[in-house]
Amino acid sequence: MTPRNRFRWRVMRVLALCRWLRGGTVRALRLGAAAASSAPPSQVRQRLGPCRAVPCRAVPCHAIRGGNGLSSPVCALLQDSVTVEVLDHLERLALVDFRDAEGVERLREAVRFAERLREVNTEGIEPLDSVLEDRCLYLREDDVTEGNCTAELLKNAREKVEEYFVAPPGNIPLPELEERDTFLKGS
Amino acid sequence: MESLGVAAKWRRPGVRCGAGTGREDGRSGVRRRGVGRHAARFSAPAALKEGQITPTELCQRCLALVRSTQFLNAYITVAEETALKQAEESEKRYQRGQPLGELDGIPIAVKDNFNTAGIETTCASNMLKGYISPYNATVVQKLLDQGAVLLGKTNLDEFAMGSGSTDGVFGPVRNPWSYSRQYKEKSIPRSDSEPENSNWVIAGGSSGGSAAAVSAFTCFAALGSDTGGSTRNPAAHCGVVGLKPTYGLISRHGLIPLVNSMDVPGILTRCVDDAAVVLGSLAGHDPKDSTTVQDIFQPFALPTLTDVSKLSIGIPKEYHVPGLSSEILAVWSKAADLFKNAGAKVVEVSLPHTHYSIVCYHVLCTAEVASNMARFDGLEYGHRSDMSKSTESMYAATRREGFSDVVRGRILSGNYFLLKQNYEDYFVKAQKVRRLIANDFVKVFGSGIDILLTPITLSDAIPYVEFIKEDNRTRSTQDDILTQAANMAGLPAVNVPTALSERGLPIGLQFIGRSFQEKQLLTVAKWFEKQVQFPMIQLEEVKKHDDGVLQHQKSASFS
Repeated sequence: MTPRNRFRWRVMRVLALCRWLRGGTVRALRLGAAAASSAPPSQVRQRLGPCRAVPCRAVPCHAIRGGNGLSSPVCALLQDSVTVEVLDHLERLALVDFRDAEGVERLREAVRFAERLREVNTEGIEPLDSVLEDRCLYLREDDVTEGNCTAELLKNAREKVEEYFVAPPGNIPLPELEERDTFLKGS
Repeated sequence: MESLGVAAKWRRPGVRCGAGTGREDGRSGVRRRGVGRHAARFSAPAALKEGQITPTELCQRCLALVRSTQFLNAYITVAEETALKQAEESEKRYQRGQPLGELDGIPIAVKDNFNTAGIETTCASNMLKGYISPYNATVVQKLLDQGAVLLGKTNLDEFAMGSGSTDGVFGPVRNPWSYSRQYKEKSIPRSDSEPENSNWVIAGGSSGGSAAAVSAFTCFAALGSDTGGSTRNPAAHCGVVGLKPTYGLISRHGLIPLVNSMDVPGILTRCVDDAAVVLGSLAGHDPKDSTTVQDIFQPFALPTLTDVSKLSIGIPKEYHVPGLSSEILAVWSKAADLFKNAGAKVVEVSLPHTHYSIVCYHVLCTAEVASNMARFDGLEYGHRSDMSKSTESMYAATRREGFSDVVRGRILSGNYFLLKQNYEDYFVKAQKVRRLIANDFVKVFGSGIDILLTPITLSDAIPYVEFIKEDNRTRSTQDDILTQAANMAGLPAVNVPTALSERGLPIGLQFIGRSFQEKQLLTVAKWFEKQVQFPMIQLEEVKKHDDGVLQHQKSASFS
């Protein structure tokens, strides 16, 4: 693989990871972009179920821009853990903005409230994903039973061309904090 | 555009549809045998079969009631044309003597987070305004296959996040009991005789619209969703039966998800028998929802329990939470005594991790919400921003414009808890605490307890002006405290309206049963319902449109 292709492959993988995190299932945008996951769609769907929550396990820690001194473990003290860097990172991950100081305070309250969990002794307890964990997740036959409803599905999209959903150009990251229109700017 | 035109017509149910406000030909309309509360719907199929009323007339009556109770804001979309069409088809089936079942011709309402083909589904959010779903949710399809008449989509908190039905973009839902004679009589007289300006109380949430719709007699049953108590809470405040089935019993396909591991479709009806009938048509495996269990479900008719001596009722002491009003406590104690005096074994039990369940729920809920709300990016459906510099900025702008503060707050909190550095401390920890909570229930039911009896709300419905003084998260934290443990453990639970408070508003009590034992749960609930004789709401609007329906009402033996 040439260096340029290797770079492109790496960028595609990161984008794919981000898309996978956000979407929870594979969404094949017909834009000529790389496949959003290495697993074929049917396998991913069966592994995840129709709408299972996908935890953001894959967010690399170094993605938090710690250029301004976020060197210590972030969850040390509550006040320290909700820094501007973390808030910026959350805005990028969630693609949702804090809007105002109230939004940030809401997050702090939520985190403060969640701190109570530390009081519980969970030594030796396994996490519970689903109350149906004792049952086998079954697989149905890999038969196509429905589909051919392109026109119906496209009805709800605002921008489309022929049978394609139209998206603005991809591979462009969200602007940096200083260039973004966000409440956090200048914090 | 055709769909726009139809949607606009639906939103404003001012279209005349004929029969209107009452019968001119002297027939008494739907006669309900027994107290309306008992046989609210059971007589309706009988009346339909015997031709006392036709499905079209019933539908028109309900639509007229919907129009005259518009101030409740219970409905977002009223599907008049399709409802009347469905009613006409039902009428043809009755004329042939071939009704599809008990629900044939029965008007129902559906919460607006269930997908309904051809009818706008908004989740009370700007993000999905104008979204016309291409398919029916499984539960909606099942009801329609039984011949039910879908009147419309009911109001809710935005994306079902909230406990008051006050945070949707279409405005808050008003509790029909605010306009009842019982409440008005107990209210402090005000200088303005109309209470609607400031004295009306919340309907509870997030399925407040569905509960209000059923409570105001605009429909016979309604679908809600229950993630942390969203069906049972408004049921308690509106004085109707709210059933949360076991997780995995009813399909969630088509229910716009909030928390995949806790959501269930909820059933709201005026009596326990009706809830059992609706459950019978909805429950069962769905190949489109892999979280439904594959066990064969047998619909059941509820036996009339006469002897409760073999029953063991558990009273969890941790549910006596700070903030529980003395009225609710008194009603709870009286209910326990009722069972004791009838010969049942009433035992105090302990669910030690109850205090942490709301925290655990808070973390898990926001985490799953962060994931589930990720699908709303404007590309394939829903609101789309005009921003077109890049995909990411378009997504960000769309979500900025489409989501309210409450939703955004939960998404951001959820993403925080799922950050790599926080994942173990919050998300996994909460999952472990969830297992502890679920195990508490397993232990209690394993020790011979059949049903748990608990309060369901901290007090009766509070006035809207007071409710909005605290923010959504605080309110949810307070109001979900008694209900969400059942969601965490996936257990069935039902609210049974029990008594009226001093202010003339409904108070309900909750029964929690074992997994997949809805029959036992509802049997006990039915017995209890018969004992307490909860009074019927006395609404002027209902009297106008249903002459002869509300034959008599019994006073609550608990007040």
